[in-house]
Amino acid sequence: MMGTPQSGATVRPRKIRWLFSTDHHVIGLQYLALACVAVTVGVGLSLFMRLHLIAPDFVVPGHGPILPEDYLALVTLHGTLMLFFVLTTAPQSGFGNLILPAQIGSRRMAFPGLNAAGFWTTALALVVLLGSTFVQGGAAISGWTAYPPLSAIAAAGPGQGLGMDLWLGSIALFAVGTGIASVNTLTTVIRFRCEGMTWERLPLTVWAWFTAALLSLIAFSVLLAALVLLFLDRHAATGFFVPQGDVLSSVVRAAAVHGNGSPLLWLHLFWFFGHPEVYIAILPGMGLTSMLLANFSRRRVYAYQMMIATTLLIGGLGILVWGHHMFVAGLNPFVGTAFSISTMAIALPSAAKVLSWLATTWRSRPHFATPMLFSLGFVSFFVVGGLSGPILAQPILDQYLHNTFFVVAHFHLIMAMAGVFGLFAGVYYYFPLIAGRYLSEGLGRVHFWGTLGGAYATFLPMHMTGLAGEPRHYAQLTGIPNAAARLLAQTLPLQRHISYAAFFLAASQLPFVWNVIRSARWGDLAQPNPWNATTLEWHPALAPFAEEGSSSDEQIVAYCSPCAYDPGAGWAGFTPQWQEIPASNVKRE
Amino acid sequence: MPAIFTPTDTDRKRPHADDGDHGSGRRPPYDDGLKRTGGGGDNDNDNWNDRPAGRRGPREKLERYRLGLFFALAGDLMFFVAIISTFFVTKSSGHFDAYDRYINEWLPTAIPRILWLNTAVLFLSSVTVEMARRRMFHQFDVMEEWFGLGKPTAKRAMPWVIATIVLGIAFLLGQTVAWRQLAQEHVFLKSNPSSHFFYLITYTHAIHLLVGIAGLAMALVGLFASKQIENRQILVDCAAWYWHSMGFLWLFLFVLLAYFQ
Repeated sequence: MMGTPQSGATVRPRKIRWLFSTDHHVIGLQYLALACVAVTVGVGLSLFMRLHLIAPDFVVPGHGPILPEDYLALVTLHGTLMLFFVLTTAPQSGFGNLILPAQIGSRRMAFPGLNAAGFWTTALALVVLLGSTFVQGGAAISGWTAYPPLSAIAAAGPGQGLGMDLWLGSIALFAVGTGIASVNTLTTVIRFRCEGMTWERLPLTVWAWFTAALLSLIAFSVLLAALVLLFLDRHAATGFFVPQGDVLSSVVRAAAVHGNGSPLLWLHLFWFFGHPEVYIAILPGMGLTSMLLANFSRRRVYAYQMMIATTLLIGGLGILVWGHHMFVAGLNPFVGTAFSISTMAIALPSAAKVLSWLATTWRSRPHFATPMLFSLGFVSFFVVGGLSGPILAQPILDQYLHNTFFVVAHFHLIMAMAGVFGLFAGVYYYFPLIAGRYLSEGLGRVHFWGTLGGAYATFLPMHMTGLAGEPRHYAQLTGIPNAAARLLAQTLPLQRHISYAAFFLAASQLPFVWNVIRSARWGDLAQPNPWNATTLEWHPALAPFAEEGSSSDEQIVAYCSPCAYDPGAGWAGFTPQWQEIPASNVKRE
Repeated sequence: MPAIFTPTDTDRKRPHADDGDHGSGRRPPYDDGLKRTGGGGDNDNDNWNDRPAGRRGPREKLERYRLGLFFALAGDLMFFVAIISTFFVTKSSGHFDAYDRYINEWLPTAIPRILWLNTAVLFLSSVTVEMARRRMFHQFDVMEEWFGLGKPTAKRAMPWVIATIVLGIAFLLGQTVAWRQLAQEHVFLKSNPSSHFFYLITYTHAIHLLVGIAGLAMALVGLFASKQIENRQILVDCAAWYWHSMGFLWLFLFVLLAYFQ
């Protein structure tokens, strides 16, 4: 009976005990709401940047012209918001909280109170970060990487004073909040798997969240240590990161003020965190894509155990490759070779993943619902953005391309766009589970094609302006008349195109916003398992926000691996994990 | 229908009610206020392995909190790994001056001798906290509690917890003495690359010990305030493991400061 969508769809009363709830569903939604705030602000900032690049003389009403330090503040806030508060929180903490417990057959996270504490720490971090915009001296302008020595000396210039302190405080809070969330996730996965949910049967999403939590635990602790050191450099006159004879405004600072440190040390510590961070952002999307492609193709995931292995491999290698961010910063060339090789090694498990995605969908009859479209979009961005990875992984090529828009194009395609497409796939896929209603397919398609086209139109040309030498973080490309400006002037038409495409990309999100608002109230009522999925979050007894006490004591058992579809039987042929397999059929598994 | 039924993998691996637990009280009862199993019968609630994960009794709860603590400590370990890596990098790095001479400014900070005493005190506190932890898991005491004979575990563990708190505070006071002695020799946080690390490491470790003392204090309060023995066990157990970790970490940090500067 599980095979067919059940008739008599029930309206799930959404009894959301908001704010200080310890219910993991509520906390997951809270994380998603926080990410929504951050992404709205972050997109707005990026539009300001694009506007400034094509119209440098534009005077912002109530603010005046955008000065170089304003532009750097925009860059910094945009990067920090998107990296930390969108791409880390939404897939990992947001969907991780909403879906993970049910997917392993549990009704709760291991430490609900701690979970809420983690969210509120993160929320406080966002408030502090946004608040740093309004303090004297302005928001931090060091980029999301906060490279010293500028960031280590409060007197270095605008945006290095209180704004920088608040930035450091915000990220420290965020690191603590993420650490709490990771401990919770890891313990939940290890201890709360239901009966029959062996490690091999864990959905790949759970594996991805698990690996990302491991990475968070390792990486954010190191970041926290680095933040402490930088804070001491700023306020306790230590010299971990400030070099001897540091020059500030053409004045050599006395050695007594600061010691004998090295900005490179910060780069090592920061990127030891920063590189795993990008995998924390992308791994949940990879896991979700694997499961969704299988679901909508009605196929098992090709090489399931290999996919688990590649998830762990990508996580493991991701920790070892931080040095490729430092090719142009002054690295021993032999070390550069080692980092280059290890970085390119990540292409192997990544390629294995892409092959599995292709093999899963190859010659199937996919059901092109919106979540499937976004999953395919994820694969497309992962391939296109990933291909420039091995290019940048070579020190020689990186010499030229580092700090150009080529890098911006690379990471916006693979991390920002692939990550966001994973998020959209998750929202469209899980909306019926959470709200009990479908999102509109028509609006979803408009959203998908607009976003896909807009994203490619925005980020593909950045490869070209990058190859032409357009540097990152520059407020004005052709301000000073010289040879470089003449060279860059040739990219101006492309710049205009990128900016218009960016505005189009942002506008393409409006159908999505309207879709969510409209469908939450007036969407079609959803059936209990609308996508005929096999994983446990669709178990009738695990429905989120279900009426209190409705079969809440039912024992959850996983009888088989996920993705047990019967391709011959079309859309209706599948064996959910909670369906008891008749003894005579055991061989089939 | 085949002649031989093959049980599914899930069925074969399912722990059954006679898996060593006959309801004879080998496992302490789960105190959820609803039902106390007396054992004997095979009611559906008698085998805790048949319950959903997360509701399988005190042992599971204890292991969950312990595991969470260990993951948190693993993260914390990475914090110190980062700082110690920085220690070695800074120690071995220098710069070239105007005459192209290589200058390494690292002057090892002579550690005050009181640190040896402090280390001994902290080692002793690890012993006392282990005594407290073991007192919480005496089968005999737990049985007494079930029979309603007061809280023998709390009474036996309490002196050891208090002793640990006292020793912990003694260690911290000893550290402040060390800091004062260094300050008298005009060695401050900002004096030298090595003194950066001496203060950084001792301060961060002291903050961790303050957290540990807060945990021990919570355990002490919980010994009397909490009605459920498993909660008391968890409080003492986690506080003890945290304390052990910080003690072990200090041994490492102390050797680092004493011999590797």
